[in-house]
Amino acid sequence: MKTGQRFYLREVLAGLVLTGHHFFANMGKHIAHALGRKDARGAVTIQYPEERRPYSPRLRSLHRLVRREDGSPRCVACMMCETVCPARCIYIVADEHPNPEIEKMPSRFDIDLGKCVFCGFCVEACPEDAIRMDTGILEFSSYSRLGMIYTKEMLLALEPAGPDGVPRSPVPIPADRTV
Amino acid sequence: MPRLTIDGKEIEVEAGTNLIEAARRLGIEVPHYCYHPGLSIAGQCRLCMVDIEKTPRPSIACNTPAADGMVVHTQTERVKDMRRSMMEFHLINHPLDCPVCDQAGECWLQIYYMQHGLYDPRMLDEKVHKPKAVPLGPHVMLDAERCILCSRCVRFCDEITGTGELGIFGRGDHSEIGLFPGQDLENNYSGNVVDICPVGALTDRDFRFRVRVWYLDTTKSICPGCARGCNVEVHVNRKRPHHAEGRRVARLKPRFNDAVNAWWICDVGRYGFDAVDDPSRIRFARRGDAEVELDEALNALLDALRRHTPAEIAILASPDLANEDLFALRRLTETLGIRQVAFGVPPAAPTPAADDFLLRADRHPNTRGAETILPAGDAAAILAAARAGRVKVLWVFQHDLLAAGWSAAETRQALERVDTLVFSGTNDNATSALATLVLPLAAWVERDGTFTNFLGRVQRFRAAVEPLGEALAAWDLLGRLLGPLGVPPAGARAELWFRELATTVSAFAGLTYQSIGDGGAMLAGAPPTTAPEPPGRRAPAPA
Repeated sequence: MKTGQRFYLREVLAGLVLTGHHFFANMGKHIAHALGRKDARGAVTIQYPEERRPYSPRLRSLHRLVRREDGSPRCVACMMCETVCPARCIYIVADEHPNPEIEKMPSRFDIDLGKCVFCGFCVEACPEDAIRMDTGILEFSSYSRLGMIYTKEMLLALEPAGPDGVPRSPVPIPADRTV
Repeated sequence: MPRLTIDGKEIEVEAGTNLIEAARRLGIEVPHYCYHPGLSIAGQCRLCMVDIEKTPRPSIACNTPAADGMVVHTQTERVKDMRRSMMEFHLINHPLDCPVCDQAGECWLQIYYMQHGLYDPRMLDEKVHKPKAVPLGPHVMLDAERCILCSRCVRFCDEITGTGELGIFGRGDHSEIGLFPGQDLENNYSGNVVDICPVGALTDRDFRFRVRVWYLDTTKSICPGCARGCNVEVHVNRKRPHHAEGRRVARLKPRFNDAVNAWWICDVGRYGFDAVDDPSRIRFARRGDAEVELDEALNALLDALRRHTPAEIAILASPDLANEDLFALRRLTETLGIRQVAFGVPPAAPTPAADDFLLRADRHPNTRGAETILPAGDAAAILAAARAGRVKVLWVFQHDLLAAGWSAAETRQALERVDTLVFSGTNDNATSALATLVLPLAAWVERDGTFTNFLGRVQRFRAAVEPLGEALAAWDLLGRLLGPLGVPPAGARAELWFRELATTVSAFAGLTYQSIGDGGAMLAGAPPTTAPEPPGRRAPAPA
């Protein structure tokens, strides 16, 4: 510590000068920006959730199940994702598909997001490209553990995010969430 | 005896042994699909090619008997190249639908492709499409596209069961396995074609889509379906309890034992494990209708046994109990001086019949053991005594007496006349509903023990899963009664009970779990056994 830093009042005033400088400089830049000087950019607050930062296209967000043309899941219940999942958060129960060309389908496909570590292994392991993590949805909080379990129907209803990374499906609100 | 060299190792084998078996004995695996040691040689798959010195071309190992001085190479470049080409042929029309195929994980196409595959396929044409998901019978599902036409199933139906339901129809790449018109694969051994199918063409309808095979744990066991005691492997699903509707036992697979069942088991035994995970399983002890702690129930039973004279107590043991259980029961009856002990209860009509191969009419795994360990008794006489009011405490193991080959009304009369009817078994039945005291027993997959088959072969089965609730093996239950009666129980493991059994009962003398091993051992004085000749190999009966 330098000798000068030992004086309390001096340091407080120096801090005020620094803060005041940023405050007034930013205010000037924002006023200039508002008056039409588009090159003037001050410190920015993003108005989340109305506004979002651009996300990386490789972002791993909430999972979704890809649909066939008829709306049924593309998943064939091969259990690759369930097997590879390091968090063991995927629960699949297989069933017979009426079409012998498809043969197998999931009668139950639950992901426990309370356990999920968002590693993306399920997406990589899938031989049918039936599970993706491209919804752009990051907000899936819940007041209970049960609310973190996403069923096949919920996962099937999700759409991929738009090209700007903004989610196109509404954030699924668990039944137990009232706010 | 020919002496030959395989991959630089010398071995002497019996005359007539083929090169696959000779190599297997040296620990060298020659890849093959169509060859099966229990079936005739077809030479269909051409995968088992090996190089033999002084022969111009590689030859198939399955159909080449070992000869003296033969020098065989299984790993030359030419052989590997040939395997790669054969795998390419086998996979030309294969749909590669491993994600939906039940065989994935135990498929020899997958295994050999990983070893010898041509990873960059050259096939450009449209694959030939064939019927998928065709039920062949009550137990077997056919997917003709996945089939590599090794003909093992066809040979099985011709040579082992002698029923000949299956054949190969069509020519060229349109050939496919199928049923002869008007036939169904309905013989009692149909499940074996699933085992011997090296690919996913034949799958088990009972097991289909329930559990992926890589989640299964295997345990060596004995089929409890009949007195034959076929050697099986129990495949249990403990890792993913939400699969298969919570059934812990996923399937039974035969385990090779030349002295009992060779490679096969019957469908009655194969699909006869439902009771293990049935809702009717008894998990906790009951007194009247109320569930009670096991200790409380045991004390109540002890009380009843002490309160009555031995002449008022009768025990109906079961030939489903293991040797260890029966011995513990014998200890108890000797301690208390109970004379009224029996185990044989006639089956209800229609009485089960034996078939022409493995299945025995006696559907209990340990009748011979019960005959050897327990004194001979008459169950009908015990019931008659109960009806006359001379039996105050009747302890029934496992049997449903109301569904036996007796008059149900008379049996009910007898059971209602008894003061304390004790039932200990794995599953609830009409008899347990009448019982005043119900004690849960562990099923055969939940415990260790030995069964003695009808020819006197003592064979071990092992615990594959935890017992449900408070269920105990019968030797454990009886041991907990013997302690308060002043007899130290033989130990806290089935093996210790068996050791004591071997020192007490002369027929078991000298046997230990080690000497029984995986293949079983004969009771003293019983002649060694061999697996029966399959009906398909026997000479036809004169018309």
